[in-house]
Amino acid sequence: MFRPLLALLRRDLTLALRRPQDALTVVGFFVVVVALFPLGIGPDPEFLRSLAPGVLWVAALLAVMLSLERLFSDDYRDGTLEQMLLVPEPLGLLVLTKIFAHWLITGLPLVLISPLLAVQLNLRPEEILILMAALLLGTPILSLIGAIGAALTLGLRGGGVLIALLILPLYAPPLILGAGAVDAVMHGASAQAHLSLLGAMMVFALFATPWATAAAVRIMLD
Amino acid sequence: MADREFRAVALAAERGDRRLFDDIDFTLSPGQLLQVSGRNGCGKTSLLRILSGLSRPVAGQVYWGDEPIQSVDGGTGSCLGYLGHQNALKEDLTAEENILIAGGLGGGRPDREDVLAMLASLGLAGYEDLPVRYLSQGQKRRVALARLLLQPRPLLILDEPYAALDVQVIEVLRSAIEAHLARKGMIVITTHQAVDIDGDCHNLRLG
Repeated sequence: MFRPLLALLRRDLTLALRRPQDALTVVGFFVVVVALFPLGIGPDPEFLRSLAPGVLWVAALLAVMLSLERLFSDDYRDGTLEQMLLVPEPLGLLVLTKIFAHWLITGLPLVLISPLLAVQLNLRPEEILILMAALLLGTPILSLIGAIGAALTLGLRGGGVLIALLILPLYAPPLILGAGAVDAVMHGASAQAHLSLLGAMMVFALFATPWATAAAVRIMLD
Repeated sequence: MADREFRAVALAAERGDRRLFDDIDFTLSPGQLLQVSGRNGCGKTSLLRILSGLSRPVAGQVYWGDEPIQSVDGGTGSCLGYLGHQNALKEDLTAEENILIAGGLGGGRPDREDVLAMLASLGLAGYEDLPVRYLSQGQKRRVALARLLLQPRPLLILDEPYAALDVQVIEVLRSAIEAHLARKGMIVITTHQAVDIDGDCHNLRLG
């Protein structure tokens, strides 16, 4: 039963490797946005440090957002998405596999590069660890929720902007919890509550969103 | 190959407000071919998408045996293969990779030798390791056909399979279709070209 899912995961990763510019643009966008902030608000280290959690999280949201449009649209355009409906596997699982591949290609690199940017914004080592943990729990949520928007805007003109309008409000909870986790450590409290809630949210999204996305794909292909 | 009948009961479809067709009924038994004909815009592709479970009809139901096509045991894809207007190929992958991955997605374990032999029989020997992007329209169509023919499905639904193919390949496809019928497979096909097929052929005219 896992062979089709593995085949799909391998396919998406191979495609990403053949076109590395897609993944690199997302990371590049993240780096540039974060790097622009000190230029705009001045070099005061303490001030930058207090802004850092919010800046890093908003930049991560926008970077993921940027990559969402391509999640299904390439497959939609060349007809492979249609064939995927005919694969003898639940569409929800196939969608989940595609989202996992999307996270490996865009979310994980953001987590891995975030310490560098955190240093630039003057975060301390223990805060950087919490930031990475929060992003590790949070970026899958971003991919999972975003997939619903990507599926709902399949084949529409100006889909990218529409995804942003649909999905950005839904990104508020992970943003609050993720940035709050780092804030808590900064002020000497424990980040455990924030991280636990983020984890719970990820588990919930993991179970609920693939089915919603699958339903949206079916409707848009009808 | 197939042991069940494929039935359409009182199918109707609309595009916008316009009724495309009404009350389409047919039963296809193992070893039979149904050719759907009609002028452009009469709903051939819509009918084929409904038959393959991709779209829902306004009225009526499609059955595989006694089960509605959407809820066949093991998924719709376990009983039928569909070739639409789009070739469903990944441009960045080679012909061979495209077919192997599609086979893996279908749950099979495709054999590399079979894939190469099938590509060669469709006149694509030497093009296996080229990204599909560099192939011509007709060659892409052939890769899509090779993918379909390598998936052992009892029912094949082919939407204009001859489009962009040259005479030799049409001949290969014709013998593949006849072999499929001889193995008690079923085929639903739309085409504008008259190609004589030996076997139990039926015709459905729309519009």
